[in-house]
Amino acid sequence: MPALREPGARYAPPRVSALGLRTLVLCAISIGIMVFDHRQHELPVIRAGLSAAAWPLQVLVNSPFAGWDWLSSSFATRSRLLAENESLRATARENDLRLLRLEGTEQENLRLRELLNAAPRDAESTKLATILRLDLDPLRHRVLIDRGSRDGVVRGLAVLDGHGVFGQTSNVGLLASEVILLSDPTHAVPVQVERNGLRTVAVGTGDPRRLTLPYLPRNADVRVDDLLVSSGLGGVFPAGLPVARITEVRRDPSQSLATVNADPAAALDRDREVLVLWVKPRVPLPASEPPAAPTGPAAPADKPRAKDRKP
Amino acid sequence: MNRASDAPRALLYAASLLGLVLSALPLPHVLDLIRPDFLLLVVIWFAVMAPRAGGLLFAWLAGLALDAFRGQVLGEHALAFVVVAYLAHRFHLRVRMFPLTHQSLVVFALLWLHQFLLFWIDGVTGHALTDWARWLPVITGAALWPVWTGLFGRLTSRS
Repeated sequence: MPALREPGARYAPPRVSALGLRTLVLCAISIGIMVFDHRQHELPVIRAGLSAAAWPLQVLVNSPFAGWDWLSSSFATRSRLLAENESLRATARENDLRLLRLEGTEQENLRLRELLNAAPRDAESTKLATILRLDLDPLRHRVLIDRGSRDGVVRGLAVLDGHGVFGQTSNVGLLASEVILLSDPTHAVPVQVERNGLRTVAVGTGDPRRLTLPYLPRNADVRVDDLLVSSGLGGVFPAGLPVARITEVRRDPSQSLATVNADPAAALDRDREVLVLWVKPRVPLPASEPPAAPTGPAAPADKPRAKDRKP
Repeated sequence: MNRASDAPRALLYAASLLGLVLSALPLPHVLDLIRPDFLLLVVIWFAVMAPRAGGLLFAWLAGLALDAFRGQVLGEHALAFVVVAYLAHRFHLRVRMFPLTHQSLVVFALLWLHQFLLFWIDGVTGHALTDWARWLPVITGAALWPVWTGLFGRLTSRS
């Protein structure tokens, strides 16, 4: 870029040939970056640097909203806090009870799997991430979370919220990474009907309240209110996570495929916090050792840095 | 008009930062759909009115910054911005002489070209998005141009 001359200088148009040449060079560099980024999926240095540079601005855009949240929470009335506390305590009690039963089931599951000589289930570890309030693209359902490669995030990790599958990570920066929501029109998740194990694919529509299942034949056994869980195929989402509930099944005799729509389990358009999920194949237990009691995921050993939570 | 070519660097930096912030500011969905590409308008304004202050390299860097924010593939906005800035720069003496409505039409063509390049790159890299709503910012951006150029002209002639 030609430097700005001293203020009084006469304007002299630059030579066109130089302009064209520079355009060509910059275009070539851009195309090179694009090809490299698209083929390798990783330009670690450049991506990390760019995202780190973008981070202050992103925080700046997010800050008024974060500030408002802080203000409204610090000026919350005592009675409201008390009520909230009460309801949270009730939920915690309920969850504790459920967890107790779950731990028993998990041990039983482990023993049964060993009896069957089946591979043990994969270990999981999660980290809480906050969604930044930024509009990335109105037509693509993507959000930015405040976890990046520094926290061990890589491309293609499952992201969950309290109700089900939320999406998966795509472009990972140093401090933040982009998450593709289930409802993104270019996203698809391999699912299974929980009732009968029928496998298919749920595709995003661009509407946060609707997924579509375009590959089911007209006579497929699906009903309204069936729960769809992730099937574990494709390797991104572990099997058995709730994905969506079927809301509409239409069978048009003139079509060979049924029209099936589903409502995502996760609150795609309301969440502020999500969980990033790491899945590591669990090492098979040695035969001599009895199934170890600790039922919590065996992950803390894998990620000593991580503040792990039980999934 | 000649004073515009002395546009201070400060305005360049401030405007591009503002453009970036505006491109990511959370808005209600309807406004989000018609949100013009503010950063590209900054790039076009500088390429037409003050090409020595903000030329090709500025356009490229701005595009790369936008890629860091929201690019599907790194470099797509950079490429589209450079092509638009080249055309704007190439014809900047002519465009300056046009009446405002005329300028808006030129800007419309440039914004359309930008959106088309993105559409094309998205398609090639497998992120195709065929919703007609992706062309809305082209219209709003062109409609905004008279206000935009008036504002920037005011700012530069004051300084």
